[in-house]
Amino acid sequence: MTVTAPSAPLALTSGQLPRFIEPMVLVGVAIVVAGLQLLFGGFNIAAWLILTAVLYLIAIGVGSSIVENRRKAVDRVVRGLVTAAFLLAVAPLISTLWTVVSKGLAVVNLQFITQVGGTAFDPDTLEVVATAGAWQAITGTLIITGIAALISVPIGILAAVYLVEYAQPSNPLRRAITFLVDVMTGIPSIVAGLFAFSLFSLIVGPKAFSGFSASIALSVLMIPIVIRSTEEMLRLVPADLREASLALGVPRSATIIKVVLRTAASGIITGVVLAVARVVGETAPIFIAASFTDNFNANPFEGPMQTLPVMAYTAYSFPGQDIDASQAQAWGAAFLLVVLVVIFNLIARIVAAVFAPKAR
Amino acid sequence: MTDTVSDTETAPSAPTDPTPARTSIVGKRRVGDSVFLGLSTTAAVSIMIILAGVAIFLILRGLPAITANWSEGDLAGYQNGQWSNFWEYVGPLLFGSVWAAFIAMIIGTPVAIGIALFISHYAPRRVAGALGYVVDLLAAVPSIVFGLWGIIVMRPLLLPVGEFLNEYLGWIPLFQGPVSSTGSTMLTGGVVLAVMILPIVTSITREIFLQTPRLHEEAALALGATRWEMIRLAVFPYARSGMVSATLLGLGRALGETMAIALIVSPSLIYSVLLLTDGYNSQTIAANIALNFPIATDLQRSALIGTGLMLFVISLAVNMFARYIIGATGPGAKGRKKGKRS
Repeated sequence: MTVTAPSAPLALTSGQLPRFIEPMVLVGVAIVVAGLQLLFGGFNIAAWLILTAVLYLIAIGVGSSIVENRRKAVDRVVRGLVTAAFLLAVAPLISTLWTVVSKGLAVVNLQFITQVGGTAFDPDTLEVVATAGAWQAITGTLIITGIAALISVPIGILAAVYLVEYAQPSNPLRRAITFLVDVMTGIPSIVAGLFAFSLFSLIVGPKAFSGFSASIALSVLMIPIVIRSTEEMLRLVPADLREASLALGVPRSATIIKVVLRTAASGIITGVVLAVARVVGETAPIFIAASFTDNFNANPFEGPMQTLPVMAYTAYSFPGQDIDASQAQAWGAAFLLVVLVVIFNLIARIVAAVFAPKAR
Repeated sequence: MTDTVSDTETAPSAPTDPTPARTSIVGKRRVGDSVFLGLSTTAAVSIMIILAGVAIFLILRGLPAITANWSEGDLAGYQNGQWSNFWEYVGPLLFGSVWAAFIAMIIGTPVAIGIALFISHYAPRRVAGALGYVVDLLAAVPSIVFGLWGIIVMRPLLLPVGEFLNEYLGWIPLFQGPVSSTGSTMLTGGVVLAVMILPIVTSITREIFLQTPRLHEEAALALGATRWEMIRLAVFPYARSGMVSATLLGLGRALGETMAIALIVSPSLIYSVLLLTDGYNSQTIAANIALNFPIATDLQRSALIGTGLMLFVISLAVNMFARYIIGATGPGAKGRKKGKRS
């Protein structure tokens, strides 16, 4: 619609940009910027994206305020900005995953997974031989996270049962605990590690590093997550089910165990697995509480234990003589860690899908 | 089975009942019931014990260094600084923690709110859920992976940005040189930290944006408001307190984040607001602990645990304040109707 109106524009139809103007302008700007970049110096994908976004916002803003009006121009610019914000969040996600997968796949093979890595001094040749391997870290990660789950799952589920099934909303203990759980989710992870270290150094003395200590640290982080998700699931259980069971004379505890918890089981398990996925990647608390080592140690109650995130950190921050090999180790560990997180997330999804209560 | 009458003889909202109130009909108490009630109460109370334990053990272990004489022994000249007492040592670290978190919030919050708006009000309804899931995936990436990514991707990427800022805006104290040639700057650390807090801020603000009453939005649109005006008039006023508390929760997360800063920023223990330099950056408490804990002596570890105690106190305060705002003024607090868009 061309602007043919005389002095005052026609109320509803005048001053409209065509419908698909936004993608068209975007493509146009992108091509122009790419062309300019190719003309003057090299093509740089980051600069291309940023310039395109900025020029697009200017073009659509100016164009719209000339043809339409200022209000519509602002609206279109904000739409562009908000979309750009979303793309800005997706970019690091893709970039991170791409970096980890490409760097990790170069390192990870069956040997890397099944071998105990580390450096050994060879007295004959007087050389330090480095073996690539992550088996000690995989074992450590699984043991530490497993114990943490064993500690926090019962506490978390029982506490959630108390909050939802027993305590009334006005109960001061319940309100205090709900508040504290919220606060507890905000504990910095490294503080949990320091807590576990302090606890064990006061009990066992200076050689306090152990896998179990790291499990305690992780439990501090995991319990509030488990409580939150279990609470949510228990609240979804219809009150009718409880009432029906109680009306039949079933004791309260049996009602909770056999009716409420069973109904919510798939949701609770999903929440627990997601909580495990959250803490399995924690670096700082494990690093403080279990320290790090190159040796294989499957005894959680004695001596430092290696884990995947800590291996990635130490291999990068405190590299051995062969810096490239150390960094490769770090990427291998990071890749395995991401794979582990993905596996846990998949398990959670599958549990949620397969065991969900069937609607009849 | 009439012996549990006292259990069922309660208000219609049975699920949230307390222990059975005694009525005239007294039923036999079952052992299983009291055991289970005892167990779950213990579990709930243990939350308090754990939190108290965290505070107590940090104090017990940190106190020797807090009260120690810093002019002699292990603590004299610790980390190449002349500290006369613990507070002098923890000062720059506290400042650094707050400063790094502040940078991350300045960069991250507007983007996070933009994303939340995009998902709740701009994206096509059918894909909005999937897009939200993509952002939540960011939260699933372990922090160590972001740290490594920051080292090899973000550092080189931000080098030209640093040079540009220094050349044209160098008169602002923040952007003073010497410009780093490696990229191990506070700016890089802040950007990576910002990426890490995006998911938490986004997910909370998105929930609140979605709860804006449908009628408010439709009323604004019916009056001829553009979509942005509708958001400004209907969505933002409704979600203001939620946005504030989401920001605070993000701040709490940023304060305690360790690995990204420890890996990326090359720090010193000074009060510094410089963003573009190498070695003149402030240091955060968490990163300082991670870098120095393995090589510290017993008393030095106490000092580090003391700084950890300070971090615990600050982040506890920030989180409590955020929860207080949600509880006092958040949507739902006054029994507002949830106008959920489906």
